[in-house]
Amino acid sequence: MPATARDEHAVAPTPGAHAQPVVKLRHPIRWASYVIIAVLAAMFVNTILTNPNYGWDVVGEYFTSVRILDGLLKTLQLTAIAMVLGIVLGVGLAVMRLSSNPAVSGVSWLYIWFFRGTPIFVQLLFWGYISALYPVISLGIPFGPSFVEFDTNVLITPVMAAILGLGLNEGAYMAEIVRAGILSVDKGQTEAAQALGMKRGRILRQIVLPQAMRVIIPPTGNNTISMLKTTSLVSVLAFPELLYAAQLIYSDNFETIPLLITASIWYIIVTSVLTVGQYYIERHYSRSERLAGPGVLSRIAELQRRRGVTVDTEGEAR
Amino acid sequence: MTADTRVPMVRAEDIRKSFGHLEVLKGINLEVQRGEVMTLLGPSGSGKTTFIRLINHLETITAGRLTVDGQLVGYREHQDRLHELRESEVAGMRAEIGMVFQRFNLFPHMTALQNIMAAPIGVRREPKGVVRERALSLLERVGMSDKSGAYPGALSGGQQQRVAIARALAMQPKLMLFDEPTSALDPELVGEVLDVMKDLARSGMTMIVVTHEMGFAKEVADSVVFMDDGVVVEAGSPDAVLVDPQHQRTRDFISKVL
Repeated sequence: MPATARDEHAVAPTPGAHAQPVVKLRHPIRWASYVIIAVLAAMFVNTILTNPNYGWDVVGEYFTSVRILDGLLKTLQLTAIAMVLGIVLGVGLAVMRLSSNPAVSGVSWLYIWFFRGTPIFVQLLFWGYISALYPVISLGIPFGPSFVEFDTNVLITPVMAAILGLGLNEGAYMAEIVRAGILSVDKGQTEAAQALGMKRGRILRQIVLPQAMRVIIPPTGNNTISMLKTTSLVSVLAFPELLYAAQLIYSDNFETIPLLITASIWYIIVTSVLTVGQYYIERHYSRSERLAGPGVLSRIAELQRRRGVTVDTEGEAR
Repeated sequence: MTADTRVPMVRAEDIRKSFGHLEVLKGINLEVQRGEVMTLLGPSGSGKTTFIRLINHLETITAGRLTVDGQLVGYREHQDRLHELRESEVAGMRAEIGMVFQRFNLFPHMTALQNIMAAPIGVRREPKGVVRERALSLLERVGMSDKSGAYPGALSGGQQQRVAIARALAMQPKLMLFDEPTSALDPELVGEVLDVMKDLARSGMTMIVVTHEMGFAKEVADSVVFMDDGVVVEAGSPDAVLVDPQHQRTRDFISKVL
């Protein structure tokens, strides 16, 4: 056919097509939901303000009291220490889990299986009652004489029990995150490093872990937020973090609800700050995904180019 | 090992390699002399990539005897037995063999210059200043001087591959292995990488190149080896193998590729 593409695709416009009025779709259910939610919200605000049991004056009184702020500080410290311990343990366990030595990888598997398979609350109780299990901890020759002995109750204070309980548990979860990160790095990276004569330790530190970070860091931020709240469980060990500080106060003055509210407000403030930080971390890592290196998207594009497939903007493969 | 010029750079005797029940190499016998440029041709699945990966022990051989510069690859012979080498010994051997990959495998979190400097500093413990100077002159040699600070993500495939060649050369290897170095490139970028490789071949480097680039094989290779189904079908000078092949399988392959 001698007709050109222009002729074939040309469409004669309907007269006045651009000037026709449009009736917008109505959303009656949406409007009804606005009304219902507004009423419920008003009821909620009303009860918060008028129910004297909330004790807002007590909340105000204790919100910045020394004991609460001290508890908050201990919560923050405990979160930081437990996360550091968890991350260090997690990297170690992840590397062990990926080891070609079956004994080493088996130990890591067992550790993760145990610490993820039992509730953190139970683990904390175990650490609290550890002296009932091992009254004395001694250093010496296995099955032989011991050189030094410690009273477990002296060694494992509530702080230690809290750090060990939270940190060892976190290690199991971090191990899975780090393992996923390490596995996300292309095998070709390790091969290229091996071909240059690098040894395993250097390849891990210099080549694999830096690239695994984009996969490791965002969920680590999430775990930190989660850890902040989990530290409240430590109140059962009589460690005076934020919740236990509040509990100590209300056991004196019986203002239970206002003090729980006080603690809750602090928790939500700190998690909000951490969530904002998390947002920026995630944005940073999704951007570097786009800009630098063979990210997932550029890799898919590359593969398709090699197969001779192009993907146009409508997502239609030709 | 002493650089005895009579010892071939690579000597493969009846090399076999199996992945599970699949035998990929069924007895390869080859010799690569010092300064020789050998190209390995063959259809995909013929075992040519596996063969060059054996040379720097990225894969372990199933049977046979493979030496580089007179040294057994991956093993030490002692009282008629082969002892597996320790990781550090294997790493030491690899450090002297450069390898260029189909997918470049540059380190994406390092600049072009850092990619080149990483191994000489980290593996050889050479002083930073010396390495830096060498890295810069290598970048110039591959025509990438102006991109020393660029990250791989900002480079085209051809540029990445040229940096990858410079990275391998920075270890001053005695042997260079190329695993389909231009297969992942857009057609218009193949030439710039081949030019760098031709230059390297003329400088006297011993090279084993797995490629489909017949032009490269004809122009710079000293020998051409045609592999199919895990065996060497035909080997000889480029003229002999490419122009006047003796075997039907070679003829079929060459007629399809050209």
